[in-house]
Amino acid sequence: MRRRTLLTAAPLAAAGAAGLAACGSSSGSGSSSDSLTYWASNQGTSLENDKEVLTPVLEKFTEETGIDVSLEVIGWGDLQTRIQTAITSGQGPDVVNIGNTWGVSLQATGGLLELGDEQFEALGGRDRYVPAALATGGAEGTDPTSIPLYGLAYGMYYNVKMFEDAGIEPPTTWEEMVEAAKALTDPEGDVWGMSLAAGSYTENNHFAFINATQNGAALNTKDGKPSFTEDGVIDGILRYLDLMQTDKVVDPSNAQFDNGTKSVTAFANGKAAMIINQNNANATIESQGMTPDQFKAIPFPAPADAVSDCASHLAGINLAAMKDTGNEEGALQFMKFMTSPETQEELGKPFASLPVLVDGTPTFTEDEEQADMFMEIYSERAEPLPLVPWEDQYETTVGQAMNEMFATIATGGTVTREDVTTAMQTAQDSIRA
Amino acid sequence: MSSLTAPEDTTTPPKRPDARPPRRPRRHLFPYLIIAPAVLLELLIHIIPMATGFWMSFVELTKFFIRRWLEAPFVGLENYSIAIDLNTPVGQELLNSFLVTVGFTALVVGLSWGLGMAAAVALQRPFRGRGVFRTLFLIPYALPLYASVITWNFMLQRDTGVINHVLVDQLGILEDAPFWLIGDNAFVSVVVVAIWRMWPFAFLMFMAGLQSIPGELYEASAIDGAGPTRQWRSITLPMLAPVNQTMLLVMFLWVFNDFNTPYVLFGSAQPPAGDLISFHIYNASFLSWDFGVGSAMSVLLLLFLLAVSLVYLYFTQWKKEKRNA
Repeated sequence: MRRRTLLTAAPLAAAGAAGLAACGSSSGSGSSSDSLTYWASNQGTSLENDKEVLTPVLEKFTEETGIDVSLEVIGWGDLQTRIQTAITSGQGPDVVNIGNTWGVSLQATGGLLELGDEQFEALGGRDRYVPAALATGGAEGTDPTSIPLYGLAYGMYYNVKMFEDAGIEPPTTWEEMVEAAKALTDPEGDVWGMSLAAGSYTENNHFAFINATQNGAALNTKDGKPSFTEDGVIDGILRYLDLMQTDKVVDPSNAQFDNGTKSVTAFANGKAAMIINQNNANATIESQGMTPDQFKAIPFPAPADAVSDCASHLAGINLAAMKDTGNEEGALQFMKFMTSPETQEELGKPFASLPVLVDGTPTFTEDEEQADMFMEIYSERAEPLPLVPWEDQYETTVGQAMNEMFATIATGGTVTREDVTTAMQTAQDSIRA
Repeated sequence: MSSLTAPEDTTTPPKRPDARPPRRPRRHLFPYLIIAPAVLLELLIHIIPMATGFWMSFVELTKFFIRRWLEAPFVGLENYSIAIDLNTPVGQELLNSFLVTVGFTALVVGLSWGLGMAAAVALQRPFRGRGVFRTLFLIPYALPLYASVITWNFMLQRDTGVINHVLVDQLGILEDAPFWLIGDNAFVSVVVVAIWRMWPFAFLMFMAGLQSIPGELYEASAIDGAGPTRQWRSITLPMLAPVNQTMLLVMFLWVFNDFNTPYVLFGSAQPPAGDLISFHIYNASFLSWDFGVGSAMSVLLLLFLLAVSLVYLYFTQWKKEKRNA
């Protein structure tokens, strides 16, 4: 029996999603009109922390509407696969959080509820949302299938004391940032100018995009095909890799950092003077022992001759209803509630998120200067990742290629411009657009 | 003389040789009822998913169709041609993954076999503390997989891992702390962790096999002057042949299909040097949302494993039986 199990293991792995569908149906989640199932992504310091934060909010919703909400918080590592399975089987939640960069890819599956005029009327109208954030919910010219819930943007955090002790002003250009990082790097003392999540394919693909955008390059053509081998893309990626390779301001060990929290820890422990992180890093930095006066955030700088002053991709979390929900009306009520000004303000602090409403007030920090800075980046200096169905493939192919290039550098190898071009060509050829 | 013999009853027709036996109660349904749950489960757990996977390999099951998967367009052998086209990254990466897995399997099976055999032979004779060693050797097999492999992940970290601490700081064998989880060393790491998990199984099997060898054989051979090496070669190995035949095949299949070790050790982005094929197929299916190509790869893997298994069985079982017949 065991042998046969093994022989069938490989097909089962690939057949998993469809296999589930064989047992499932499109009969919806099974929710009644007075109940909903909600899959929330992990936003706080832990899954438990998310539950603690969300439970009173959901109870308030239940009080207002009489609809019970069954909450499950899912870590980022599992969320995409769980959503895939839910879409395939028709057995899943009624409402789900998604990374906003997945918006168009998930829309293409047809598994999320289309939000047309009727649905937006129930949600309070399209005009409530920051237009660029709402644009992440679907391909151009289509009805979106998700709405923005939590806004996020990258900033560059720096250690105030280390900068003051070295007499360095916060950088405004890429070149100044590298100079500052060099001045603050002391490999003998195990202190580095910067820390990067260089082993995280999600972080890496974000910086491939931001650096390419600063160079005026796009990752997709006008007709929606991948274009990863433009000069601007290659130069942008090489510039980012060179922080470890040529500038040597990043500890090679960072090539093993497979999530952003590890670079935050290095920063909070005084091992790195700067990190580039989304604004929800504040809570993590403080939980690692730094006080709010010990660090500041500035926009991630672009080169002096950059074509664009893009400082972030338009990051954040979207909220979607599943097409197979048995309670569409309740799901829309819930989505409206979660994006109401009151709930946005309430959740903005614990999840350190930016408001996604046009007249929203940031509550993630008491530092007004920092709040304004992140709001400016989010609303004016952030570009969405390619709004195309293959965006999810871009994240994995380009992100993993960058992981491998960082690994090459960290283990003593060299990555040339030609190597980057080859890697991007391979990534591009891997995509079935 | 009168006869008391009853006259022959000529009214009873003679029994026909091909006459049907009288119909018995429907007891013959009982065995089928007994095995029905097993057949049903076999269908649900193995046959239907396998058939589904096979069907999926002939359709374009991408993100555009996963919700309406029955409507996915039939593409014939296109998924197979994509999977094996060495002029594309998909084919090149699959070949790389296959070759990595072949090397990985050869090393893990070979070294696990050797370690298991050595340990079992060493613990064959009674000595003080034998039970403790037996227990210690079986611990890796008993530990939950995730907990044990994630512990290896911690131990293999470059700066904070205990492996480098011992090799660099304590023993001074290496000057610079190497990376174990990225770059070429990733292969060494995944092999070591897999051996650590696999060899106790070989040890257990050999222990059981050794119990079945009569002690008289060793005693008689010792009287004839055979030393431990000769005894191992002429008694132990031949007597363990049936255990070996089964165990090597099972270990080959397990190790070639190993998904959990690289998944837990490397996370979702495995380095090319540790790109084992089951995990590679998972990524091709779930990260690229291309279940058609992923299924084609799975079927190719299944055919390869079946072919190797059949060749192995031919030489180890059927050919031998034919010779003995």
